[in-house]
Amino acid sequence: MLDRLLSHEPKPGILGWLLTTDHKRIALLYFWSIITAFILGGIFALLIRLELFFPGKTIVDPDLYNRIFTLHGVIMVFMVIVPAIPAILGNYLIPLMIGARDVAFPKLNLLSYYIYLLGAIIILSSVLFGAVDTGWTFYTPYSIKTGGGVLIALFGVFVIGFSSILTGLNFIVTIHRLRAPGLSWGKLPLFIWASYATSLMNVIATPVIGITLLMLILEKLFGVGFFDPTKGGDPIMFQHFFWFYSHPVVYIMILPAMGIISEIIAVHSRKKIFGYWAMAAAIFGIAFIGFIVWAHHMFTSGMSDVARWIFSFLTFFVAVPTGVKMFNWVATLYKGSIRLTTPMLYAISFLFLFSIGGLTGLWLATISTDVYLHDTYFVVAHFHYVMVGGAITALFGGLFHWFPKITGRMYSEFWGRLSAIFVFIGFNLTFFPQFLLGMQGMPRRYWDYLPEFTLLNQISTIGAFSIALGALISLITLFVYWKKGEKVGDNPWKGATLEWQTSSPPPYYNFKEIPHVEHGPYDFEIFRKKEKEQV
Amino acid sequence: METKIHEEHVEVSHKDDFGAKLGMWLFLATELLLFAGLFTAYFVFRGIYLPFFHEGQKELQPIIGLVNSIVLFIGGLTAVLSISAVRKDKKSHLLLFLTITILTGIVFLFIKAYEYGLKFEHGLFFNMEHFKNLPNGEKIFFSLYFVMTGIHALHVLIGIILFLFILFFAIRNSYNSKNFIQVEIAGLYWCLVDLIWMYLFPLLYLVK
Repeated sequence: MLDRLLSHEPKPGILGWLLTTDHKRIALLYFWSIITAFILGGIFALLIRLELFFPGKTIVDPDLYNRIFTLHGVIMVFMVIVPAIPAILGNYLIPLMIGARDVAFPKLNLLSYYIYLLGAIIILSSVLFGAVDTGWTFYTPYSIKTGGGVLIALFGVFVIGFSSILTGLNFIVTIHRLRAPGLSWGKLPLFIWASYATSLMNVIATPVIGITLLMLILEKLFGVGFFDPTKGGDPIMFQHFFWFYSHPVVYIMILPAMGIISEIIAVHSRKKIFGYWAMAAAIFGIAFIGFIVWAHHMFTSGMSDVARWIFSFLTFFVAVPTGVKMFNWVATLYKGSIRLTTPMLYAISFLFLFSIGGLTGLWLATISTDVYLHDTYFVVAHFHYVMVGGAITALFGGLFHWFPKITGRMYSEFWGRLSAIFVFIGFNLTFFPQFLLGMQGMPRRYWDYLPEFTLLNQISTIGAFSIALGALISLITLFVYWKKGEKVGDNPWKGATLEWQTSSPPPYYNFKEIPHVEHGPYDFEIFRKKEKEQV
Repeated sequence: METKIHEEHVEVSHKDDFGAKLGMWLFLATELLLFAGLFTAYFVFRGIYLPFFHEGQKELQPIIGLVNSIVLFIGGLTAVLSISAVRKDKKSHLLLFLTITILTGIVFLFIKAYEYGLKFEHGLFFNMEHFKNLPNGEKIFFSLYFVMTGIHALHVLIGIILFLFILFFAIRNSYNSKNFIQVEIAGLYWCLVDLIWMYLFPLLYLVK
């Protein structure tokens, strides 16, 4: 009975969506949920920027402001950026890119979606149970003392973690077991490599935040004292535990984005990716180093100097594989026949924004400058340059790039490009001034600021609305052209990876016959020759 | 168009025992990492509060822990034996070993509950009067004791439920020597629960 209900074949009506085990439909379920969360988190972001338009009270009181920035952080990190690329594009594309009919465990995939949904609903319902005003980091001992809403929010994040773990586990087994014949590891698209590394990190890091949150939940429920100094506990240990997950998690957010950028740049400049193996190795380099640098978030928390030196030293190593990737993307573009399509514009703005985000990371890795810049707007700007300028930009680029795959139709290039330009300009207007504010000493998370910071804050707020406008244009473009776009055939970009070798949108079984793979993912030459022969 | 899809019916589902086991091993890795957080906390606090840990240990009865270890390891043995039984298509053995495994789990939980009961009598639970007057180090020790064994007991409970499902399907002849991956996966889970206890028991009851 359950087997029949959870079958793969498309069923009519709403049940065909709610009980589907088709990875493509699950991806679209994630899409709608995550976009909803993104809009919600975006509204909170705009409220923060509105409040900071003038010093003193502009629209909300300090207490409410604390709740708003906490919700913005919790929603954007745990409900949007962490799951966004793996759950939407990863779910949709991994089976297609490796020539499989579905992921390894389709029912588990559907379960992961419902766990995500449950966790998201619990997190959002926390506002009904009292103030959640700790910031997304839930630092102890404040999070132990403050309102009951925190307990609910912690539980929601705990639940949502299982969704990441199960999705990661599913992808790892899928990539190991379901590759089409002939698709050796050296022929995998870089997005698959990135998704593999991300999944591995999810499986390794997420249980640690799970137990940390559970310990904190028990602390609030029963008065266990692991993190409470009045009971002999250690708040610094909470920070170590928290960042042991939350530093890798920023790579969980950025690695799939890097995978998307590799695909877009190769396809839209018609060039084989420069240094394929270096690119794949760099992904794993970043993933590995990401696990041993967590305490650089804690240079001012109280650690021995030796520990600080070691973590600072290790942190610099992240720059090496990141530099390799940056260099190889630019080298791929060199002498390519570049098409400035919307995905390509997003990819290029990724290169700019992520460079700035990455390089300012070095300032924060240096102990002496970090002590000065710690907990200022500099950190906020750096974080948003990598997470929004990196991950979200790549997500939008990816959505446009695979839009014809998902819908079989083409979006409007004019509106797409316009959105990319609005986001790029708005982004720099919003966050570049925050670097300056941070260097002048404006602390983050404050409701008020000194009058001399007014101009830069106002520029930042105007920029935020420009991002919102750009994001709105892109979402509306996607929605409108989903039904109304011109039909463009199966492979409008002439991509060489497997997902383009089936019809667009793909049938529920993806491939009538599992393809046999003979060429690499970026061998556009071979691909073109083959096409000519067929004609 | 609709009919055409049906003509081209393509089988999407597939059977891949190796893949299923790979998935389970990954899941077990996440379980180990979950407990790794608690073990890390244990070692950090042990470093800080060693004498208090020794004081706290005096309240625990190693003999109860030992009995529980033996019970749990018998369950582990029968869990493994049930896999070899199903491999040889011996249904009666399979049912017997699955039942013993479930029983050992239940006995383990009862002994654990008895042990918790002794602690409650001594007022050694969070927010009880006696607990509040303990020095911080001992508070942390008992917190670790309850949280670590509590989460472990939760895993035993999940294991019992898992094996009840397996038993149900085994009675309905769902397994044979060609199709027993679910039995194997449940067995893997039980062994993990054993493995964690193998570290919990000496760390909490024995180590001086």
